Amino acid sequence: MPLVSFNRVGKRYPDGYEALRDASFAIEAGDFAFLTGHSGAGKTTALKLIPAIERATAGAVLVNGQNVGALREAALPFLRRSLGLVFQDQKLLHDRNVFENAMLPLQICGDPPREAARRVRAALDKVGLAGREKAMPVMLSGGEQQRLCIARAVVNRPGILLADEPTANLDSGAAAEVMEIFRAFNQVGVTVLVATHDAALVERFGTRTIQLDHGRVLAA
Amino acid sequence: MSVWLRHHGRSLAATLRRLAGSPGATALNVLAIGVALALPLGAWVVLANAQRLAGHAVGDPQLAVFMATDASRADAARVEAAVASAPGVRRHQFVPKDQALAELRQADGTREIAATLGSNPLPDAVIVELVLGNAPAAERLAAELRGLPKVEVVQLDALWLQRLDALLRLGAAAVALLAGLLAVGMIAVTFNTVRLQIVTHQAEIEVSRLVGATTSYIRRPFVWQGAVIGFAGGVMALGLVAGSLYVVDGEVARLAATYGSDFRLSLPPVGDLAACLIFAGALGWVGAYLSVSRHLYDIQPR
Repeated sequence: MPLVSFNRVGKRYPDGYEALRDASFAIEAGDFAFLTGHSGAGKTTALKLIPAIERATAGAVLVNGQNVGALREAALPFLRRSLGLVFQDQKLLHDRNVFENAMLPLQICGDPPREAARRVRAALDKVGLAGREKAMPVMLSGGEQQRLCIARAVVNRPGILLADEPTANLDSGAAAEVMEIFRAFNQVGVTVLVATHDAALVERFGTRTIQLDHGRVLAA
Repeated sequence: MSVWLRHHGRSLAATLRRLAGSPGATALNVLAIGVALALPLGAWVVLANAQRLAGHAVGDPQLAVFMATDASRADAARVEAAVASAPGVRRHQFVPKDQALAELRQADGTREIAATLGSNPLPDAVIVELVLGNAPAAERLAAELRGLPKVEVVQLDALWLQRLDALLRLGAAAVALLAGLLAVGMIAVTFNTVRLQIVTHQAEIEVSRLVGATTSYIRRPFVWQGAVIGFAGGVMALGLVAGSLYVVDGEVARLAATYGSDFRLSLPPVGDLAACLIFAGALGWVGAYLSVSRHLYDIQPR
């Protein structure tokens, strides 16, 4: 059974804009895949359907065999805890330091403080932010902020990492660092799905690509 | 259970940090709620002192049962038995006619009159001390005693009892009304304060939802904030009322002394005051809960 599968998924927004049309593809456990396409192709919408930030208006999005579009509102937090989300704009809390930002998912799950602190330190170490625990986000570079976002995404040991244009605002060096972190997590079994419009980045990695165009899947 | 407690502990700690982080705004909110609560609390304290003063000034109301001159001790005992089982009675005492005459002979002003009496014209009597503020029960008891054999006269100054009772009830109703109105006001103040906090923390709420926070988890610190502000407002109100009592108590004591009374103003019992503080906290909790329930759903991750 695929970890994530899109079965003839359509998404039409209230203003009538059709972001996805009859899109079907599957992500197996352990995959490292890119979701590519030009701006407006439907990449971000496709990623948002997986944690049910948006709901499909046609077809079904399955995560671990569960139709996430049919989940009740109260069940969504538990779905999202099983996913790691990385955003283009990081969505860090600027009144909390690095450690506290990375700790947020574990606090929400109610993990014991000592165990949570140990896991946060391990996650920060993996993304190269060990020693920066007390720094505030504003003191970090763009690459460091993105790595902190990744640390927050992996601290809960999710089965799949979803990243939306994680390198869009980074220089080439920082972008390469971030992608190497994704590759390292994939090598230890974490499934990774990255949405990007950067063809060079996709080419350099040479992994599986799901290509979207005007909401349709051209190649999966 | 431990996770639930840990979440509440963290929420409370986060709330206290948040409030301490903006001391000016917190102080203003607490002051607004404190002043609003001080009005009904002060009125309640004044009413409680008025009740005490009424008891002090007029003593316990009395009901006097005068027996017929040919009544026996057994007839008076029947009256005593009826009084003993009646509600609203503090104590009663049988006064035999001989004791009444002896007291008449000893009292200033009546000594000469008593000396001229040939035989004892006074009846046996039962004097009943009633609890203040229970006029209907006193009326019922008087009617019941009038129906007993060999009871000649039952004296109850019902009018002043009824007036006092009505005044105290009016005061209590006014305090309850005022408290109700200001409770609604306090809920509204907390509702708005928490609404502004929700707007301020919109980004945090969005991120929390994205990483798996339940609505209860997000709601908890705001509800704690309402409860803490309400409780602090209650403490402020109590401080204002206690301070006001301290200021006027000396003057009241001086005035009472001119009437030969040692009456002093006092706060209600500690248990009642603690209940007021808990009530204030609960009002804050309600206001915050309503606000969060109303506004949180609007904030969804994008």
